[in-house]
Amino acid sequence: MDIIELSAREISQKVKRREISAKEVLEAHLSHIQAADGTSGSIGGGKATEPEKIHCFISLTVDRARKQAGAIDAKIAAGENPGLLAGVPATVKDIFCVEDTASTAASKILANFVAPYTATPVARMEAAGAVVLGKVNLDEFTYGSSSESSAYQPAPRNPWDTDHVPGGSSGGSAAAVAAHEGAISLGTDTAGSIRQPAAFCGVVGMKPTYGRVSRYGLIAFGSSLDCPGPLARDVSDAALMLKVIAGQDSRDATSATIPVSDFVSEMEKSIRGIRIGLSPDYFRITYFDAETGDLQELPLPDEIKSTVTVAAEKLEKLGAVIVDGIPMAHTKYGIPAYFVISRVEAASNLHRYDGVKYGYRTRDEVADLSEMYRKSRGQGFGVQPKLRILMGMYVSAAHYSEQYYNRALRVRSLIRRDFDEVFDSGGKYRINALLTPTTPSTAFRVGGVYGDSVLMQYADQLTVPANHAGIPGISIPAGFDNSSLPIGIQFLGPDFSEDLLLRLGRAYELATDTETWRTRKPAVVINKQSR
Amino acid sequence: MSDEITPELFSHLVELAALELSPEEAEYLRREMNHQLRAIHELASIPIDSDLPVASHGIPYTAAISAGSRPDEWHAFAEIEKLIAQAPETEEGYIVVPEIPHQDLD
Repeated sequence: MDIIELSAREISQKVKRREISAKEVLEAHLSHIQAADGTSGSIGGGKATEPEKIHCFISLTVDRARKQAGAIDAKIAAGENPGLLAGVPATVKDIFCVEDTASTAASKILANFVAPYTATPVARMEAAGAVVLGKVNLDEFTYGSSSESSAYQPAPRNPWDTDHVPGGSSGGSAAAVAAHEGAISLGTDTAGSIRQPAAFCGVVGMKPTYGRVSRYGLIAFGSSLDCPGPLARDVSDAALMLKVIAGQDSRDATSATIPVSDFVSEMEKSIRGIRIGLSPDYFRITYFDAETGDLQELPLPDEIKSTVTVAAEKLEKLGAVIVDGIPMAHTKYGIPAYFVISRVEAASNLHRYDGVKYGYRTRDEVADLSEMYRKSRGQGFGVQPKLRILMGMYVSAAHYSEQYYNRALRVRSLIRRDFDEVFDSGGKYRINALLTPTTPSTAFRVGGVYGDSVLMQYADQLTVPANHAGIPGISIPAGFDNSSLPIGIQFLGPDFSEDLLLRLGRAYELATDTETWRTRKPAVVINKQSR
Repeated sequence: MSDEITPELFSHLVELAALELSPEEAEYLRREMNHQLRAIHELASIPIDSDLPVASHGIPYTAAISAGSRPDEWHAFAEIEKLIAQAPETEEGYIVVPEIPHQDLD
C-alpha cells in the first residue's frame, strides 16, 4: 500500500517496528503535497489560482518537520519509546501558535507574527512523536463556514470536487486529511468548525467537551465556545489523537480535571443497550430570510435524512435502542443566540490587535495613536472580523445588553436544558446519545454563499447547539449524495462522553465496512496511484 | 423594514471600534448587521422566566471537574528579545508609538 494511504495508527506501528522510517513517511507526504496541493495561500494571492488543486496550506514547515522525523528515527534506533503518534504526519490549523513559525489566523493583521511559544495541544502531539508538516488555511480568525474568508488566497477547495468549498472554518484541516496530505489535523470548533468541514470532506471530526482539550496557545474567537479537536480519516485515528491532546493543563484554567480514558480501547466495546435518540428538530432547519424578514422552516434534503435513518437501523441491528421523537425545542434558536454571544466574545478578543505590541501596523503617515489604531485595524482586518467587532460592540452596549446579550445567554441555558433533560438517566427519555445529520446540505459551490453572512451562519444550525451546551459531538462519513459529495452524520452526547461517541462511530464504521461507497477516493489520491 | 443600524449609529460604532472603513466595506457591513439583527430578533419571541439564569458557558464548573483559580504569580519569559522583536517599531528595547492624544476633562 502507498505510504500516504496508511492510517495514523498504521504509520505509528510500522515506524515503531522499523518497517518504515519517519523520514520516509514524511518525504512521501511532502511529495504528494507538492503534486496535489498547488500554490499555498498568500496575502494578495488569486482566488481562482489553480482551481483544480486543494490549497490546504498557508505555510509548510519542511525543515522543522525533517528535524522532527529525524529525531523520531533516532529515538527508535536508541531503543526509546517514540510515542503514540510516532512519525505520523500532521497538519495544524493556523489558529494555533507554534513556536518560531508564522501563526497568522489567516489574517493580514497577524501576517508577520511569529509565535514565541507552542500551543498545548500541538506540544502534546509533537511530544507523542507527530511530525507537523505545517499550518493549514481557514476562514480569517475562524469566522466562516467555507474557508473563503481567509486573507490567504487561494482558499482551500474540497478534494471530492474542487468547484465546491471544503467547509470551515477548519477547511484546510479537513481538506488536507481527505486529500491524504497528512493523516491527522488539529482543528477548532466554535459553532461546528471541525464537524461541518469534516462532513463536507468525508472525514471524521470531533468537537470534544468544552475543557477537554486545552485552549492555551489558541488564538481566541469565542472563549466560552472554542474547542480544539481532531480531524482524521477514521474513528480510530481520531480516538488516538484525542487521547494525546486531551487532559488538564495548568495554563488553561478552564481545562477539565477529569481523567482521560483510553479512547482507543474504549471504542471497541459493544453498543448493545445504548439508547440513541432521533429528534425531529434536527431534521429541519429554521431559516430567517433576512431580506423579507420571514421565518421559513425547511425540511432537510431526503438524501441527508435517509442517511441518518439508515444509520439508525444499522446501529439497532448491533443492539442499540433507537428512541424516536426526542424533543430538542430550542435547537432553532442556536444560530440567533450565537449571532449575539460569539460576536460579543469575538469583539472582546479582537481589541488586542492594535499595531503596537505585535502584528500589522499601518505604513501610512498618522497624526496620533488613535489614527494609527484605526488605520492598522482598518487595513489589517478583513470584513468578517470587522463585522463581528461591530456586532459584538452593539449587542453588548449598555443600552442593548438586556435585550440582546443577556437574553441570548438565557436562551443558551434553555439549549443546555434540552440536552440535560434528554440525557438525564432518571428522566423521561434516558438517551445516551443523539444521532443527527451534521449539516443541512452537502458542500456548497465556491462563491455560492460567501458574502451572505446570515446564510453562511445557518450552515452551522445542527452543530452549534453542542457549542452552546459545551457537550461533545463527532461527525463521521456516511456516504455520498447524488452529486458525489460526502454526507456526514453526527453523534452528540453528555459532558465528557467522548468514549461513547467514538464507540458509536466505530460501530457504524464496522457496520458499513463492506459498502461500496467506502472504497471511493478523491481524484488527487487516485491520480497519485496512477502517477 | 427600517434599519436598526442607521448610518449615524453605524458611524458611532465604527469610531468606538477604532476602525477605518472604505465606503464599500461600510455599506456591506451595515447591511449585514441589519440582516443579522433581524435573525437575532427571533430570540424575542421565546418565553423566558425571570428566574432563568444566564449561561456564560455551557458546562457547569464544579470543583469536581475544575482545578479552580491558580495563584496570581508572574513568570519571567526566557527570551524577552524575541517578544520585543514582534513589535512593529522599537527603540533601545522600548516599543515606540505615535503621539498619544490628550483630552482635558472638565
